[in-house]
Amino acid sequence: MNIQLFLQNLANGVSLGSVYALIAIGYTLIYGILRLINFAHGDIFMLATYFAFYGISLLFLPWYVSFTLTVIAIALVGFLIDRIAYKPLRNAPRISALITAIAVSLFLENFAIVVFGGRPKPFPVLPELNKMSLIGGIRIQNLTFVIPIVAILSLLLLIWILFKTKIGMAMRALSRDIDTTKLMGVDADKIIGFTFALGSGLAAIGGIMYAMKYPSIYPLMGIMVGLKAFIAAVIGGIGNVLGAALGGFFLGVMEIMIVALFPSLSGFRDVFTFSIFIIFLIVKPTGIMGESMEEKV
Amino acid sequence: MLSKRTKSILNLIAIVVLFLLLWWADVKLDPFSKRILNVMAIYVIWAVSLNFINGTTGIFSLGHNGFAAVGAYAAALLTMPIYQKQMIFFLKPLIYPLNSIQIGFLPATLIGGAAAALFGLLVGAPVLRLKGDYLAIATLGFSQIIFVLANNFPSITNGALGLKGIPPYTNLFWSWGWAVFTIVFIGRLTASSYGRALKAIREDEVAAEAMGIRLSTNKILAFIIGAFFAGIGGSLYAHLLTAIDPKAFSFFLTFNILIMIVIGGLGSITGSIIGAISFAFLSEWLRFVEAPMKIGPLTIPGIPGMRMVIFSILMLVVMLFYRRGIMGRNEFSWDWFYILYKKLTIRRKKQPAKRLEEKQVNVEPKEVKAEDE
Repeated sequence: MNIQLFLQNLANGVSLGSVYALIAIGYTLIYGILRLINFAHGDIFMLATYFAFYGISLLFLPWYVSFTLTVIAIALVGFLIDRIAYKPLRNAPRISALITAIAVSLFLENFAIVVFGGRPKPFPVLPELNKMSLIGGIRIQNLTFVIPIVAILSLLLLIWILFKTKIGMAMRALSRDIDTTKLMGVDADKIIGFTFALGSGLAAIGGIMYAMKYPSIYPLMGIMVGLKAFIAAVIGGIGNVLGAALGGFFLGVMEIMIVALFPSLSGFRDVFTFSIFIIFLIVKPTGIMGESMEEKV
Repeated sequence: MLSKRTKSILNLIAIVVLFLLLWWADVKLDPFSKRILNVMAIYVIWAVSLNFINGTTGIFSLGHNGFAAVGAYAAALLTMPIYQKQMIFFLKPLIYPLNSIQIGFLPATLIGGAAAALFGLLVGAPVLRLKGDYLAIATLGFSQIIFVLANNFPSITNGALGLKGIPPYTNLFWSWGWAVFTIVFIGRLTASSYGRALKAIREDEVAAEAMGIRLSTNKILAFIIGAFFAGIGGSLYAHLLTAIDPKAFSFFLTFNILIMIVIGGLGSITGSIIGAISFAFLSEWLRFVEAPMKIGPLTIPGIPGMRMVIFSILMLVVMLFYRRGIMGRNEFSWDWFYILYKKLTIRRKKQPAKRLEEKQVNVEPKEVKAEDE
């Protein structure tokens, strides 16, 4: 493989990785506070692509309006899911919350099959983002650059929220200790609702960009992407936002590179991803950047 | 309380009655109803075995579809006629020992179960060190790996095309026979000292270890037993459908089984049986919601997928409002009838209510409260 092809694949890997990173952040934010794997997160990602699709094709909105409205609507959906499904189970055993999350995920998938139809739909292609640019001898879609830039901007915004605002401080405090934070006068449910909205909004951004890059959307598309984003969050160290982003980029680049370097193994891509996940869980369960969490007796 | 002997006799009678009913069903019912009854039995096997892993031992595994797939493929490859194998494996010929053997249904099913148990050991050894939700995702990952492997090893699994022309051996006696065996085996196991050790692990791992229960051995053994029966169920399923492909064993299968055991009550064998039977029944009975409907002059076209929406809402409602499911962690017991009988007779004799209360307290199952952590 020559250097140009390598760079081209790297660019593709980074843009897939940015999508994983955006979704992984949602997992990590929620896991950090509630210790809950939000199984439905991948399906929120799927819903976002459908919302954006219908905004453009059914309501004839310009794409930027449709995308903005989608992000807001999906943030609201995330908030509502927390209120309806997870809030009643705050004090329940963690496994009950996990089963509920699986139920929510199944509901969203089947709801999407019924309402949107099971057949894949073509996502509208934006001409200005699909132009090819010639940079240093490699031809790359503009989209391949736009995706990581949007991802990094969203990441910076998130870090600003987390570390410079009051609500971000409350989120960080909750991830340390929910009960103590409540005693300090923080409305925990409000903050958790906001966290869900924030995570879902980021997943919506990721979903729209994923749909532009791979323009075929179907109701079950969120399962695999969601699982991989979760794996990215674990690799990066769950509960850590930067770790999730790094894990996402790592996983995206690795997936593209394996297929590029060993085309005969392309069918086994998922095997590699899951194997890496299990190896990480056994060898270094705290991930690249996570802090060690002692299991309390 | 009834004596142990009476209960065993009653159990035997119940099994005999069940098989008489099956014999009647086999003669009288149409193929469609028989098929539903077969599916019911297979669901019972899967639900009881997943409940043994998830409910009794408290290992939250989501890998049942993978084990079922291993059992199904292993058994189907052993029972298929040799010429049939040559016919369908046109992408790549089947590897050596499998392409020249054909054995009976029972040994093939047992080998299928054993193959699934072997995979259970391979998966369980590394994964069971994890806990809670990590373990759930890791087992899900393993079942996904099995799914990918089934798609990408055409010389064993025929790839995405799957296996066709599997002999239709599964009948009511095989399926319900295995279901009864599963229930009795896992029921006896849960009631034994080994089962109590598993329940102790579920309630508190640290305390269980302090009492001298070896965590890893017990957990892996429970996992292997669950995987074995998943494989048996897979074999029966393959010989019922007569054509399988990797898609038939996607993780929606596990989620369906999970719906059954959650609705029935996680941790109760009786609950799993009720859940499995009602799931099989409801998924047929609810077909009308997907059919085109006529309301006056309006015709609503059929909506495929509506049944699963109903099931997922049902699961959500159970989790939110009635987390114990139908049975909680209680098991069926012949004492129920005994107590009912006593109640009726005592009421007739107008004895003081106090004695009645004492009797009830005696027979209450000594279950630990149903909350972990």
